[in-house]
Amino acid sequence: MPKITYISHNNKKVTVEVPIGLSVMEGAVQNNVEGIDADCGGSMACATCHVYVSENWLTKIEKIHDAERDMLDMAYEPKNNSRLSCQITVSNELDGLEVTTPIKQS
Amino acid sequence: MIKTDAIIIGAGPVGLFAVHQLGIKGLKSIVIDNLDKAGGQCIELYPDKPIYDIPAVPECTGEELTKNLLEQIKPFNTEFFYNERVDEVMQDKDNWIVKTNNNNEFTAPNIIIAGGVGSFEPRKLSLKEAEKFEGKSIFYAVKNKEAFKNKNISIFGGGDSALDWTLELSKFSKINLIHRRDEFRGAPHTLAEIKKLEKDGKISIKTPCQLESIEGDKDIASITIKFDDGKTEKIKTDTILSFFGLIMKLGPIAEWGLNMNKKTIEVNSENFETNKKGIFAAGDICHYPGKLKLILSGFHEVALASVECFKRARPEEKYRFEFTTSSKTIQDRLGKK
Repeated sequence: MPKITYISHNNKKVTVEVPIGLSVMEGAVQNNVEGIDADCGGSMACATCHVYVSENWLTKIEKIHDAERDMLDMAYEPKNNSRLSCQITVSNELDGLEVTTPIKQS
Repeated sequence: MIKTDAIIIGAGPVGLFAVHQLGIKGLKSIVIDNLDKAGGQCIELYPDKPIYDIPAVPECTGEELTKNLLEQIKPFNTEFFYNERVDEVMQDKDNWIVKTNNNNEFTAPNIIIAGGVGSFEPRKLSLKEAEKFEGKSIFYAVKNKEAFKNKNISIFGGGDSALDWTLELSKFSKINLIHRRDEFRGAPHTLAEIKKLEKDGKISIKTPCQLESIEGDKDIASITIKFDDGKTEKIKTDTILSFFGLIMKLGPIAEWGLNMNKKTIEVNSENFETNKKGIFAAGDICHYPGKLKLILSGFHEVALASVECFKRARPEEKYRFEFTTSSKTIQDRLGKK
Protein backbone atom coordinates (compact mmCIF):
# COMPACT_ATOMS: atom_id res chain seq x y z
CA MET A 1 0.00 0.00 0.00
CA PRO A 2 1.40 3.45 -0.85
CA LYS A 3 2.90 5.33 2.05
CA ILE A 4 2.04 9.00 2.44
CA THR A 5 3.96 11.28 4.77
CA TYR A 6 2.28 14.25 6.37
CA ILE A 7 4.66 16.89 7.69
CA SER A 8 3.30 19.45 10.12
CA HIS A 9 4.33 23.12 10.00
CA ASN A 10 6.77 22.43 12.85
CA ASN A 11 8.28 19.50 11.01
CA LYS A 12 6.62 16.57 12.78
CA LYS A 13 6.33 13.69 10.35
CA VAL A 14 3.61 11.07 10.30
CA THR A 15 3.70 8.32 7.69
CA VAL A 16 0.62 6.22 7.04
CA GLU A 17 -0.38 3.62 4.49
CA VAL A 18 -3.25 4.82 2.37
CA PRO A 19 -5.21 2.47 0.09
CA ILE A 20 -5.08 3.23 -3.62
CA GLY A 21 -8.05 5.30 -4.73
CA LEU A 22 -8.52 7.22 -1.51
CA SER A 23 -7.56 10.87 -1.44
CA VAL A 24 -4.61 12.21 0.50
CA MET A 25 -7.20 14.06 2.62
CA GLU A 26 -9.06 10.83 3.45
CA GLY A 27 -5.75 9.17 4.33
CA ALA A 28 -5.18 11.89 6.91
CA VAL A 29 -8.71 11.98 8.33
CA GLN A 30 -9.04 8.20 8.64
CA ASN A 31 -5.73 7.99 10.47
CA ASN A 32 -6.37 11.00 12.71
CA VAL A 33 -3.44 12.90 11.23
CA GLU A 34 -3.56 16.42 12.60
CA GLY A 35 -3.41 19.52 10.44
CA ILE A 36 -6.09 18.58 7.89
CA ASP A 37 -9.63 19.62 8.82
CA ALA A 38 -11.61 18.82 5.65
CA ASP A 39 -14.76 20.53 6.89
CA CYS A 40 -16.72 19.95 3.68
CA GLY A 41 -15.82 16.27 3.48
CA GLY A 42 -14.06 16.42 0.13
CA SER A 43 -16.50 18.34 -2.05
CA MET A 44 -13.91 21.03 -2.77
CA ALA A 45 -15.99 23.64 -1.04
CA CYS A 46 -13.95 24.74 1.96
CA ALA A 47 -10.15 24.80 1.47
CA THR A 48 -9.48 23.29 4.90
CA CYS A 49 -7.50 20.30 3.60
CA HIS A 50 -4.87 22.59 2.11
CA VAL A 51 -1.34 21.18 1.82
CA TYR A 52 1.98 22.19 0.28
CA VAL A 53 3.49 19.69 -2.13
CA SER A 54 7.24 19.68 -2.79
CA GLU A 55 8.33 20.62 -6.32
CA ASN A 56 9.47 17.13 -7.31
CA TRP A 57 6.07 15.65 -6.45
CA LEU A 58 3.98 18.46 -7.93
CA THR A 59 4.55 17.24 -11.47
CA LYS A 60 3.62 13.66 -10.57
CA ILE A 61 0.18 14.31 -9.16
CA GLU A 62 -2.94 15.00 -11.16
CA LYS A 63 -3.05 18.47 -12.67
CA ILE A 64 -4.82 21.21 -10.78
CA HIS A 65 -8.21 22.34 -12.14
CA ASP A 66 -9.64 25.84 -12.19
CA ALA A 67 -12.18 25.08 -9.49
CA GLU A 68 -9.45 23.89 -7.14
CA ARG A 69 -7.38 26.96 -7.93
CA ASP A 70 -10.36 29.18 -7.11
CA MET A 71 -10.88 27.38 -3.84
CA LEU A 72 -7.19 27.72 -2.94
CA ASP A 73 -7.63 31.49 -3.07
CA MET A 74 -9.62 31.00 0.10
CA ALA A 75 -6.99 28.88 1.83
CA TYR A 76 -4.79 30.03 4.67
CA GLU A 77 -1.49 31.31 3.19
CA PRO A 78 -1.61 29.64 -0.21
CA LYS A 79 1.64 29.31 -2.14
CA ASN A 80 2.53 28.22 -5.66
CA ASN A 81 2.83 24.62 -4.49
CA SER A 82 -0.51 24.60 -2.68
CA ARG A 83 -3.04 21.87 -3.36
CA LEU A 84 -6.23 20.64 -1.79
CA SER A 85 -5.45 17.17 -0.46
CA CYS A 86 -8.99 16.00 -1.25
CA GLN A 87 -8.10 16.37 -4.93
CA ILE A 88 -5.00 14.18 -4.81
CA THR A 89 -5.87 10.52 -5.38
CA VAL A 90 -3.45 8.02 -3.95
CA SER A 91 -1.87 5.66 -6.49
CA ASN A 92 1.20 3.45 -6.70
CA GLU A 93 3.02 6.31 -8.40
CA LEU A 94 2.48 8.44 -5.32
CA ASP A 95 4.09 5.95 -2.94
CA GLY A 96 6.37 8.05 -0.75
CA LEU A 97 4.54 11.33 -1.34
CA GLU A 98 5.24 13.99 1.26
CA VAL A 99 2.85 16.83 1.92
CA THR A 100 3.26 19.67 4.40
CA THR A 101 0.31 21.11 6.25
CA PRO A 102 0.01 24.86 6.87
CA ILE A 103 0.16 26.47 10.33
CA LYS A 104 -3.61 26.36 10.39
CA GLN A 105 -6.44 25.59 8.02
CA SER A 106 -8.74 28.55 8.63
CA MET B 1 -39.61 34.90 25.00
CA ILE B 2 -41.06 33.31 21.86
CA LYS B 3 -42.84 29.96 22.36
CA THR B 4 -42.99 27.45 19.55
CA ASP B 5 -43.06 23.69 18.92
CA ALA B 6 -39.57 23.37 17.46
CA ILE B 7 -36.53 25.61 17.18
CA ILE B 8 -34.57 24.90 14.03
CA ILE B 9 -30.94 25.93 13.98
CA GLY B 10 -29.74 26.42 10.42
CA ALA B 11 -31.66 27.57 7.34
CA GLY B 12 -29.92 25.28 4.88
CA PRO B 13 -31.90 22.76 2.81
CA VAL B 14 -32.31 20.37 5.73
CA GLY B 15 -33.48 23.08 8.14
CA LEU B 16 -35.97 24.30 5.54
CA PHE B 17 -37.37 20.84 4.92
CA ALA B 18 -37.67 20.36 8.69
CA VAL B 19 -40.12 23.28 8.65
CA HIS B 20 -42.13 21.35 6.08
CA GLN B 21 -42.14 18.03 7.89
CA LEU B 22 -43.12 19.69 11.17
CA GLY B 23 -45.64 21.92 9.40
CA ILE B 24 -47.61 19.13 7.77
CA LYS B 25 -47.92 17.55 11.22
CA GLY B 26 -49.40 20.79 12.51
CA LEU B 27 -46.31 21.89 14.41
CA LYS B 28 -45.03 25.45 14.43
CA SER B 29 -41.35 26.20 14.18
CA ILE B 30 -38.92 29.09 13.96
CA VAL B 31 -35.57 29.09 12.17
CA ILE B 32 -32.34 30.76 13.28
CA ASP B 33 -29.32 31.23 11.01
CA ASN B 34 -26.06 33.11 11.32
CA LEU B 35 -26.17 34.14 7.66
CA ASP B 36 -28.37 36.89 6.25
CA LYS B 37 -30.46 34.56 4.11
CA ALA B 38 -31.65 30.99 3.70
CA GLY B 39 -29.72 28.29 1.86
CA GLY B 40 -26.70 27.55 4.02
CA GLN B 41 -23.82 25.91 2.17
CA CYS B 42 -25.94 25.69 -1.01
CA ILE B 43 -26.02 29.47 -1.19
CA GLU B 44 -22.68 30.34 0.34
CA LEU B 45 -20.50 27.72 -1.30
CA TYR B 46 -22.11 26.76 -4.58
CA PRO B 47 -25.11 28.94 -5.55
CA ASP B 48 -24.52 28.39 -9.30
CA LYS B 49 -23.09 24.91 -9.22
CA PRO B 50 -25.48 22.16 -10.29
CA ILE B 51 -26.59 19.43 -7.92
CA TYR B 52 -27.45 16.14 -9.61
CA ASP B 53 -28.63 13.93 -6.78
CA ILE B 54 -31.88 15.39 -5.52
CA PRO B 55 -34.47 12.65 -6.22
CA ALA B 56 -36.70 13.49 -9.20
CA VAL B 57 -34.77 16.70 -9.85
CA PRO B 58 -32.21 15.76 -12.52
CA GLU B 59 -30.31 19.00 -12.13
CA CYS B 60 -30.66 22.17 -10.08
CA THR B 61 -28.37 24.78 -8.59
CA GLY B 62 -27.98 25.49 -4.89
CA GLU B 63 -29.91 28.68 -5.42
CA GLU B 64 -32.82 26.97 -7.19
CA LEU B 65 -33.01 24.27 -4.55
CA THR B 66 -33.23 26.91 -1.82
CA LYS B 67 -35.84 28.91 -3.70
CA ASN B 68 -38.00 25.83 -4.21
CA LEU B 69 -37.73 24.75 -0.59
CA LEU B 70 -38.77 28.24 0.54
CA GLU B 71 -41.73 28.04 -1.84
CA GLN B 72 -42.65 24.63 -0.45
CA ILE B 73 -42.79 25.92 3.14
CA LYS B 74 -44.57 29.18 2.35
CA PRO B 75 -47.95 27.95 3.67
CA PHE B 76 -46.52 27.64 7.17
CA ASN B 77 -45.61 31.35 7.52
CA THR B 78 -42.51 30.46 9.46
CA GLU B 79 -40.55 33.20 11.15
CA PHE B 80 -36.83 33.35 10.30
CA PHE B 81 -34.21 34.98 12.48
CA TYR B 82 -31.21 35.75 10.28
CA ASN B 83 -27.81 37.16 11.29
CA GLU B 84 -28.24 35.46 14.64
CA ARG B 85 -26.19 32.75 16.21
CA VAL B 86 -27.46 30.50 18.97
CA ASP B 87 -25.14 30.96 21.90
CA GLU B 88 -26.87 29.17 24.76
CA VAL B 89 -29.16 26.21 25.17
CA MET B 90 -30.70 25.60 28.60
CA GLN B 91 -33.10 22.99 29.89
CA ASP B 92 -36.38 24.04 31.52
CA LYS B 93 -38.15 20.86 32.62
CA ASP B 94 -39.47 19.28 29.39
CA ASN B 95 -38.65 22.36 27.34
CA TRP B 96 -35.51 23.94 25.96
CA ILE B 97 -34.61 27.62 26.08
CA VAL B 98 -32.42 29.01 23.34
CA LYS B 99 -30.63 32.37 23.52
CA THR B 100 -29.03 34.08 20.54
CA ASN B 101 -26.22 36.61 20.30
CA ASN B 102 -28.93 39.13 19.41
CA ASN B 103 -30.58 38.58 22.81
CA ASN B 104 -33.60 36.80 21.38
CA GLU B 105 -35.01 34.00 23.51
CA PHE B 106 -37.05 31.06 22.33
CA THR B 107 -38.59 28.12 24.11
CA ALA B 108 -39.82 24.82 22.70
CA PRO B 109 -39.94 21.14 23.59
CA ASN B 110 -37.80 20.42 20.51
CA ILE B 111 -34.61 21.72 18.95
CA ILE B 112 -33.47 20.49 15.56
CA ILE B 113 -29.83 21.27 14.88
CA ALA B 114 -29.39 21.40 11.11
CA GLY B 115 -26.24 23.44 11.30
CA GLY B 116 -24.18 21.89 8.51
CA VAL B 117 -20.60 22.28 9.56
CA GLY B 118 -21.29 25.17 11.90
CA SER B 119 -21.75 28.85 11.34
CA PHE B 120 -20.13 30.76 8.51
CA GLU B 121 -17.67 33.48 9.39
CA PRO B 122 -15.41 35.53 7.14
CA ARG B 123 -11.92 34.19 6.71
CA LYS B 124 -9.61 36.77 8.21
CA LEU B 125 -6.23 38.14 7.17
CA SER B 126 -3.45 36.03 8.60
CA LEU B 127 -1.18 38.93 9.61
CA LYS B 128 -1.11 39.45 13.36
CA GLU B 129 -1.29 43.24 13.12
CA ALA B 130 -4.56 42.92 11.19
CA GLU B 131 -6.43 42.24 14.44
CA LYS B 132 -5.94 45.67 15.95
CA PHE B 133 -7.33 47.39 12.85
CA GLU B 134 -10.32 45.08 12.44
CA GLY B 135 -13.61 46.92 12.42
CA LYS B 136 -11.80 50.30 12.24
CA SER B 137 -9.89 50.15 8.99
CA ILE B 138 -9.93 46.47 8.06
CA PHE B 139 -13.27 45.01 7.02
CA TYR B 140 -14.47 41.63 5.79
CA ALA B 141 -17.81 42.89 4.51
CA VAL B 142 -19.33 46.17 3.40
CA LYS B 143 -22.34 47.01 5.53
CA ASN B 144 -22.65 50.69 4.65
CA LYS B 145 -20.84 51.82 1.55
CA GLU B 146 -21.04 55.50 2.59
CA ALA B 147 -18.28 54.70 5.09
CA PHE B 148 -15.99 53.85 2.17
CA LYS B 149 -16.17 57.21 0.39
CA ASN B 150 -13.04 59.18 -0.51
CA LYS B 151 -10.58 56.60 0.79
CA ASN B 152 -7.52 54.76 -0.40
CA ILE B 153 -8.84 51.22 -0.32
CA SER B 154 -6.87 48.05 -0.89
CA ILE B 155 -9.16 45.16 -1.77
CA PHE B 156 -7.86 41.60 -1.41
CA GLY B 157 -9.36 38.61 -3.18
CA GLY B 158 -10.05 37.26 -6.65
CA GLY B 159 -13.68 36.26 -6.57
CA ASP B 160 -17.07 37.88 -7.03
CA SER B 161 -17.11 39.89 -3.80
CA ALA B 162 -13.69 41.44 -4.43
CA LEU B 163 -14.60 42.30 -8.03
CA ASP B 164 -18.09 43.63 -7.32
CA TRP B 165 -16.90 45.91 -4.52
CA THR B 166 -14.00 47.12 -6.63
CA LEU B 167 -16.49 48.23 -9.27
CA GLU B 168 -18.87 49.81 -6.79
CA LEU B 169 -16.38 51.60 -4.55
CA SER B 170 -14.23 52.83 -7.44
CA LYS B 171 -17.00 55.34 -8.13
CA PHE B 172 -15.88 57.41 -5.19
CA SER B 173 -12.63 56.00 -3.83
CA LYS B 174 -9.18 55.03 -5.03
CA ILE B 175 -8.97 51.24 -5.29
CA ASN B 176 -6.08 48.82 -5.42
CA LEU B 177 -7.24 45.32 -6.27
CA ILE B 178 -4.72 42.79 -4.98
CA HIS B 179 -4.77 39.08 -5.72
CA ARG B 180 -2.40 36.17 -5.28
CA ARG B 181 -2.57 35.11 -8.91
CA ASP B 182 -3.24 36.71 -12.27
CA GLU B 183 -6.66 35.20 -12.93
CA PHE B 184 -9.82 36.57 -11.40
CA ARG B 185 -13.01 34.59 -11.11
CA GLY B 186 -16.15 36.51 -11.95
CA ALA B 187 -18.93 37.04 -14.44
CA PRO B 188 -17.56 37.94 -17.90
CA HIS B 189 -19.14 41.41 -17.92
CA THR B 190 -17.70 42.14 -14.46
CA LEU B 191 -14.24 41.13 -15.62
CA ALA B 192 -14.61 43.32 -18.70
CA GLU B 193 -15.58 46.30 -16.57
CA ILE B 194 -12.63 45.74 -14.26
CA LYS B 195 -10.27 45.66 -17.24
CA LYS B 196 -11.74 48.86 -18.58
CA LEU B 197 -11.38 50.65 -15.24
CA GLU B 198 -7.75 49.61 -15.07
CA LYS B 199 -7.11 50.78 -18.62
CA ASP B 200 -8.70 54.13 -17.84
CA GLY B 201 -6.49 54.44 -14.77
CA LYS B 202 -9.46 54.38 -12.40
CA ILE B 203 -8.22 51.41 -10.42
CA SER B 204 -4.91 49.67 -10.03
CA ILE B 205 -4.53 45.90 -10.09
CA LYS B 206 -1.64 44.16 -8.35
CA THR B 207 -0.98 40.47 -9.09
CA PRO B 208 0.42 37.95 -8.30
CA CYS B 209 1.14 39.09 -4.79
CA GLN B 210 0.16 38.81 -1.18
CA LEU B 211 0.01 41.07 1.83
CA GLU B 212 3.38 41.30 3.54
CA SER B 213 2.83 43.93 6.25
CA ILE B 214 0.61 46.74 7.42
CA GLU B 215 2.17 50.01 8.51
CA GLY B 216 0.55 52.48 10.83
CA ASP B 217 -0.12 53.10 14.47
CA LYS B 218 -3.71 54.08 15.21
CA ASP B 219 -4.73 54.20 11.58
CA ILE B 220 -3.31 52.36 8.63
CA ALA B 221 -0.80 54.49 6.72
CA SER B 222 0.28 52.02 4.08
CA ILE B 223 0.60 48.35 3.30
CA THR B 224 3.44 46.40 1.77
CA ILE B 225 2.71 43.68 -0.72
CA LYS B 226 5.12 41.03 -1.91
CA PHE B 227 5.07 39.80 -5.48
CA ASP B 228 5.78 36.19 -6.41
CA ASP B 229 9.20 37.20 -7.78
CA GLY B 230 10.16 38.53 -4.35
CA LYS B 231 9.79 42.22 -5.10
CA THR B 232 7.86 44.31 -2.61
CA GLU B 233 5.81 47.45 -3.03
CA LYS B 234 4.46 49.93 -0.53
CA ILE B 235 0.93 51.16 -1.25
CA LYS B 236 -0.73 54.14 0.37
CA THR B 237 -3.79 52.68 2.05
CA ASP B 238 -6.16 53.74 4.78
CA THR B 239 -8.75 50.99 4.42
CA ILE B 240 -8.43 47.28 3.71
CA LEU B 241 -11.26 45.12 2.46
CA SER B 242 -10.54 41.42 2.41
CA PHE B 243 -12.69 38.82 0.64
CA PHE B 244 -11.24 35.39 1.19
CA GLY B 245 -14.56 33.65 1.51
CA LEU B 246 -16.12 32.15 4.54
CA ILE B 247 -14.95 29.55 6.97
CA MET B 248 -17.18 27.27 8.95
CA LYS B 249 -16.95 27.22 12.71
CA LEU B 250 -18.81 24.79 14.89
CA GLY B 251 -18.91 27.48 17.56
CA PRO B 252 -20.92 27.17 20.77
CA ILE B 253 -22.69 23.93 19.67
CA ALA B 254 -19.69 22.01 21.05
CA GLU B 255 -20.51 23.28 24.56
CA TRP B 256 -24.11 22.13 24.86
CA GLY B 257 -23.27 18.80 26.45
CA LEU B 258 -24.08 16.76 23.35
CA ASN B 259 -22.11 13.64 22.53
CA MET B 260 -19.77 14.60 19.73
CA ASN B 261 -17.82 12.67 17.13
CA LYS B 262 -15.08 15.07 16.01
CA LYS B 263 -17.08 18.00 14.68
CA THR B 264 -20.36 16.15 14.34
CA ILE B 265 -23.14 15.30 16.79
CA GLU B 266 -23.95 11.69 17.64
CA VAL B 267 -27.57 10.73 17.02
CA ASN B 268 -29.54 7.50 16.83
CA SER B 269 -30.78 6.60 13.39
CA GLU B 270 -34.39 5.94 14.48
CA ASN B 271 -35.38 9.52 15.21
CA PHE B 272 -32.09 11.40 15.06
CA GLU B 273 -32.27 12.46 18.66
CA THR B 274 -29.01 13.29 20.41
CA ASN B 275 -28.12 12.19 23.94
CA LYS B 276 -30.41 14.99 25.16
CA LYS B 277 -34.15 14.29 24.92
CA GLY B 278 -35.78 16.74 22.56
CA ILE B 279 -32.56 17.86 20.87
CA PHE B 280 -32.20 16.42 17.40
CA ALA B 281 -29.46 16.79 14.82
CA ALA B 282 -29.88 16.30 11.07
CA GLY B 283 -27.96 16.89 7.88
CA ASP B 284 -24.18 17.23 7.65
CA ILE B 285 -23.82 17.94 11.36
CA CYS B 286 -25.15 14.61 12.59
CA HIS B 287 -23.31 11.34 12.84
CA TYR B 288 -24.48 7.73 13.03
CA PRO B 289 -23.14 4.49 11.56
CA GLY B 290 -23.26 4.69 7.78
CA LYS B 291 -24.00 8.44 7.69
CA LEU B 292 -23.68 10.03 4.27
CA LYS B 293 -23.37 13.79 3.99
CA LEU B 294 -25.99 14.13 1.28
CA ILE B 295 -28.88 16.58 1.13
CA LEU B 296 -31.29 13.70 0.54
CA SER B 297 -30.09 11.98 3.73
CA GLY B 298 -30.83 15.18 5.64
CA PHE B 299 -34.38 15.21 4.25
CA HIS B 300 -34.95 11.68 5.50
CA GLU B 301 -33.46 12.53 8.88
CA VAL B 302 -35.79 15.48 9.54
CA ALA B 303 -38.81 13.49 8.37
CA LEU B 304 -38.16 10.93 11.09
CA ALA B 305 -37.12 13.49 13.69
CA SER B 306 -40.35 15.43 13.14
CA VAL B 307 -42.41 12.42 14.31
CA GLU B 308 -40.63 12.40 17.66
CA CYS B 309 -40.99 16.20 17.80
CA PHE B 310 -44.75 15.73 17.41
CA LYS B 311 -44.90 13.25 20.28
CA ARG B 312 -43.02 15.68 22.54
CA ALA B 313 -44.99 18.75 21.50
CA ARG B 314 -48.42 17.05 21.62
CA PRO B 315 -48.11 14.39 24.32
CA GLU B 316 -51.89 14.23 24.72
CA GLU B 317 -52.48 13.49 21.02
CA LYS B 318 -51.92 10.27 19.13
CA TYR B 319 -49.57 10.53 16.16
CA ARG B 320 -51.18 9.41 12.92
CA PHE B 321 -49.07 8.71 9.86
CA GLU B 322 -50.65 10.35 6.83
CA PHE B 323 -49.89 10.86 3.15
CA THR B 324 -49.96 14.38 1.68
CA THR B 325 -51.78 12.99 -1.36
CA SER B 326 -54.77 11.76 0.60
CA SER B 327 -54.88 13.63 3.91
CA LYS B 328 -57.48 16.37 4.07
CA THR B 329 -55.83 17.72 7.24
CA ILE B 330 -52.43 18.09 5.60
CA GLN B 331 -53.95 19.66 2.51
CA ASP B 332 -55.71 22.21 4.74
CA ARG B 333 -52.40 23.00 6.42
CA LEU B 334 -50.85 23.51 2.99
CA GLY B 335 -53.74 25.77 2.01
CA LYS B 336 -54.86 23.45 -0.78
CA LYS B 337 -58.51 23.24 -1.66
